[in-house]
Amino acid sequence: MMRVRANAAIGATLIGGLAIVAIVAALWTPYDPLGIDLKARLHSPSSAHWLGTDEFGRDVLSRVMAGASASALVAASAVATATFLGAAIGLICGYLRGAIDRLVMTVNDAFLAFPAILLALAALVVFGAGRGAIILALSLAYTPSTARIVRGAALSVREREFVEASRLMGNSEVYTMFRHVLPNCLAPLIVLATSMFGWALLAESALSFLGLGAPPPAPTWGNMLAASRPYMQSAPWLEIAPGLSIALTLLGANLIGDALRDRLDPRMRPV
Amino acid sequence: MIAFALRRTAQIIPTLFIVCVAVFALIRLIPGDPAQAMLGETATSEQIAAMRHTLGLDLPMPTQFLRWLGDALSGDLGQSIVNKLPVLPLVLDRAAVSGLIVLLAVSIAAAIALPLGLIAAWRQNSLIDFGVVAGAAFLMSIPSFWLGLMLLLLFGLRLGWVPVLGYVPFSQSFSGAVLSIVLPVATLAAVECGSLLRMARASAIEVLRLEYITHARAKGVPEWRVLVRHVFPNSFGPTWTLIGLILGHLLGGIAVLETVFTLPGLGRLLVDSIFARDYPVIQGCLLFSATVYVVVNLVVDLCYPLFDPRITIN
Repeated sequence: MMRVRANAAIGATLIGGLAIVAIVAALWTPYDPLGIDLKARLHSPSSAHWLGTDEFGRDVLSRVMAGASASALVAASAVATATFLGAAIGLICGYLRGAIDRLVMTVNDAFLAFPAILLALAALVVFGAGRGAIILALSLAYTPSTARIVRGAALSVREREFVEASRLMGNSEVYTMFRHVLPNCLAPLIVLATSMFGWALLAESALSFLGLGAPPPAPTWGNMLAASRPYMQSAPWLEIAPGLSIALTLLGANLIGDALRDRLDPRMRPV
Repeated sequence: MIAFALRRTAQIIPTLFIVCVAVFALIRLIPGDPAQAMLGETATSEQIAAMRHTLGLDLPMPTQFLRWLGDALSGDLGQSIVNKLPVLPLVLDRAAVSGLIVLLAVSIAAAIALPLGLIAAWRQNSLIDFGVVAGAAFLMSIPSFWLGLMLLLLFGLRLGWVPVLGYVPFSQSFSGAVLSIVLPVATLAAVECGSLLRMARASAIEVLRLEYITHARAKGVPEWRVLVRHVFPNSFGPTWTLIGLILGHLLGGIAVLETVFTLPGLGRLLVDSIFARDYPVIQGCLLFSATVYVVVNLVVDLCYPLFDPRITIN
């Protein structure tokens, strides 16, 4: 239990830190993240530029901060959309069952046969590259797994007595579904959404790194890593800051996800 | 056993059919005319008409699908728009590079993660366990492309032990080939080791609590034998499934790593084709990757009875 609490505390600190940096960066950064200063090209970290400057003399700290806003926004939007769509599909299928459930779940399972990153790439073929396209692509990529998890939970919750009682009291199916079944499917959904935030952030960075995200000079962490490659030897600080930011955010999401799962899954508790 | 195998194999047919429909529908979903999108703004209407004919876009939709499906089943995935090469050999060529790296990396990761996960579970809540859990969380949190860049910086640029750019095929030089894939394999193995460690540990913890383990210990079976003979085989199932998922998923999914190490793999081909709007190659890559994913998971499931005889009974 001690470890679960420590994990949760470290995870919450990391994700809380990201949230604060993302909010601060939306209002203020030390320098303009897009401001070019060719006289200050590739300066190493100093008191004026804590994390150094890049190949256009832009302040790396300001760009990492702005990147936190951009990346967190993309990941959070994708997770929110996938959670909403997946929960709606899973709830309807799991609660109503029958032909709709069979048909939708066959198609859903076929989409689960595509690895998420391939689904996202396929969606980007249709939507084109860009930030909005990445949000849509990642939402579509994560919806099938969310639908699967919520359907499983809804299937077991619908057999419980309080659901039967709600029906017998004359409540409509829609009311029963949203008022009684959905709240009882939230635990696995929250665990999944926490992990998905980490995956979405990683996928966004990877797709930006490949050049399929927000076009440069947008300061996303993936863009910064991709742009740092030619200067790997002369300016290694360019890749350390955005890479470390991605890693710490992922660590935070993983730790919170683990702590939640350990708390909700009695099998993982020590004897 | 045969009935189980047949039933499980039959299950992939509807999945593969929907995969085919999705891949076929992909270029029809692109807003505007795909032929126009491929040829660019300067194309004449004759060129667009010819491209539409080449892609079969001038036929009724069901005819287009049946023709495309028939061709795909006979191994004809069309021709690349960019370099006019047939798609299937191109895809297979690139998949061989990705496949080798993925297979080596996952084998190394499993060889490290399985025993370590078992030991961590055996000594749950000890210092070793804490180290393994922290290590796994750390490895799972490092983006593969960043770790790749860091290793390249250290071993390629600073120490000069491995070449920084380019892939050498095994047919050209064995040592050159090994040197060109050692860093990508190490990067991927490190990243995948994290999730395998967690799974191996979690499933071993569950098995260690079962009554037959207490019974074996009460009988006086040596502890190493309890772990190797009783815990390991029964806790291997979930990890084996994860290995299958990772293998299938990575084949088309390591485009980022292939970009970092400039490897001519399948993922890189897919991304390059997305930039070049080479739709037949995009379709080929997606169809191939999804099929491999489904088939690898089938093979993984079919292997279950080899180490867990209860599967065939149920």
